[in-house]
Amino acid sequence: MRTKAWVEKGLVYLVLMAGGLFSLLPLIWLIRSSLMDMGQIFELPPIWIPNPFRFSNFSEALTILPFGRYFINTTVIVIFSMIGVLVTCSISAYSFARMSWRGRDLIFGLLLSSMMLPYAVTLIPTFIGWSKLGLTNSFIPLIAPAWFGGGAFNIFLLRQFYLSIPRDLDEAAYVDGASHGRIFISIIIPLTRPALVVVGLFTFLASWNDFLGPLVYLNDESKYTLALGLQQFKGMYAAEWHLMMAAATVVLAPAIIVFFIGQRYFIEGITLTGIKA
Amino acid sequence: MIYSLYMSFTDYSGSNSPSFIGLDNYTRMFSGEDQYFYKALGVTLYFVVLSVPTGIIYSFLLAILLNRNIKGKAIFRTIFYLPSIVPIIAISFIWLWLLNPDLGLANELLRAIGLPGSQWIFGEKSVVPSLALMNLWTTGGTMIIFLAGLQDIPRSLYEAIEIDGGSKLNKLRNITIPMMTPTIFFNLIMGIINGFQVFSQAYVMTNGGPNNASLFYVFYLYREAFQFSRMGSASAIAWVLFIIIMLLTYTVFKTSKKWVYYEGDEAR
Repeated sequence: MRTKAWVEKGLVYLVLMAGGLFSLLPLIWLIRSSLMDMGQIFELPPIWIPNPFRFSNFSEALTILPFGRYFINTTVIVIFSMIGVLVTCSISAYSFARMSWRGRDLIFGLLLSSMMLPYAVTLIPTFIGWSKLGLTNSFIPLIAPAWFGGGAFNIFLLRQFYLSIPRDLDEAAYVDGASHGRIFISIIIPLTRPALVVVGLFTFLASWNDFLGPLVYLNDESKYTLALGLQQFKGMYAAEWHLMMAAATVVLAPAIIVFFIGQRYFIEGITLTGIKA
Repeated sequence: MIYSLYMSFTDYSGSNSPSFIGLDNYTRMFSGEDQYFYKALGVTLYFVVLSVPTGIIYSFLLAILLNRNIKGKAIFRTIFYLPSIVPIIAISFIWLWLLNPDLGLANELLRAIGLPGSQWIFGEKSVVPSLALMNLWTTGGTMIIFLAGLQDIPRSLYEAIEIDGGSKLNKLRNITIPMMTPTIFFNLIMGIINGFQVFSQAYVMTNGGPNNASLFYVFYLYREAFQFSRMGSASAIAWVLFIIIMLLTYTVFKTSKKWVYYEGDEAR
C-alpha cells in the first residue's frame, strides 16, 4: 500500500515536471538566445548558458529601429486605455449593481451576449466608422473604446465584485442622505480596490499585447507600437536570430513584470469569472 | 452591425461609394469562385478540431493534478499560467525560432531521442498541428478556470464514495467529471470562439503559407479587407463567420442539456 502511494505521487510529479518544462523551456530558450552571438546560437549540441553574456544584443537590436518611439507610443495607448476602462467601467458596473432603472436587466443581458460576439465580425464596420471620421492612423481608435464602458467583460467582472458587498452599507449611507456618486466614491471604490487592480491589469496586458488593432489602424511608422515594430524588425533582419530574440525579450519583459506584481489579483480575477460563467 | 450587413451586399473598396450588388459577394464565396473561402474554412475547422479538445484535456489534467495536496503547488500554477500572458507577437517569435527546421530546439530535441525532425510551420501538412501545439502552450488560463471549478466541489461527495469503498477512478468518473461539466462547457464554447479567430500567429509566422495551408478564416478576412481593399466582400466573410460561430455555439448549448449537470437541477 505504501509503495503504491509513492509510485502514484512520483507519477504526479513526473507529469507536472514535464508540463512545467513544456511551459518554461520556450521562455528559457528565448532568453538564452537573446544573450548570445550569432556563432554560439547555432552551435550543436545546443549550449544552454551563454558565454560570455552578450548584453550588447539589446542595445544593438533597440537602436536599429526607433524602438524608443515605439515604446512611448505603446505606453501612451496603454495608459490612456487603462484610465478609460477604470473610470467608465466602474461607473457602469455600479449602475448595474446598485441602481435600479428601467430596462436595466435587458441591457445587461445584451451586454453579456455581446461578449459572445467575435471581434472579427465588428472589425470592418468599426474600421469604416473610424475612417469616415478621419481618425484612422491615430491612437484614438485604439484608446476610445476604453472610454465607452471599457468592455463587457470588465463591467461584468466588476459588477460581480460590487454585488458581493453587503447592501446594508450603502443603504445606511443613503438614509444618511448620501448621493449615488458619494456612495460610489467613498464606499464602493475603497472596498473593491483589488477588483479594480484586476481590471487594470487585464487592460494593461490586453492593450500591451494587442497586435491586430495597431496593425489595422496605424500606417505611419512613427506611430507604430512595439508589436508592429517587432513585426517590421522580422522582415528586415530575419536571419539575425540573436537580435530578434533580444527584441522579443524586450517586448515580453513588461508583461511578465506586471504579471508578477499583480499575480495574486490575477488568479482571483480569472477564478471569479470562471465560476460565475 | 446593421451597417456591416448592408455592406456585405455591396461592392466597396473603402474609397468609392458602396454600390449595391445584391448577393454577389455571397455567391462568389459559396460557389467556389473564390477558392480561398473553402480553403480558409477548412484550415480553421481543422485547427479548432485539433486544438480545442487537446487544450481542454491537457489543462483539465493539469488542474486535477494541481488540485491535490502537492508541494510547490503555487509555483507550478504560476509556471503553467505564465505563457498565457506573453504577447502574441513574442509568442510567435519564440516559436518561429523553436520550430525552425534546421536550427530550432524542437528538431534538436527530437534528434536527441532518435526521432526524425519535422518541417513544422514550413510544411503544408504540419503547419496547422504545429500551431495547435503552440496553442497548447498558452492554455494556462483555461487551467486556472478548471482549478477554480474543482475547488467548488463539496468534499462531502468524495467522502461518501470513500465510505462506499470506491476507487480513485470511480471518484473521477462519478463526481469530478459530472460536477465539472458546466466549467468544461464554458471552456468549450470559449475555445471554439477563440479558435475561429486565430489571426496574429498566422500573420506573423507563416503569412498564411505555405501554399495557403495556414490561411485562417480571420486572416482571409483581413486580407480581403485591408490588403485587397474589398470591404464589401470582407463584410460578407465576417457575417458568415458570425453565423458559423452562432450555429456552433447553439449546437453546443443544445447538446449540453444532455451532458451538463447543474446543481439544483433535481430540485426542479
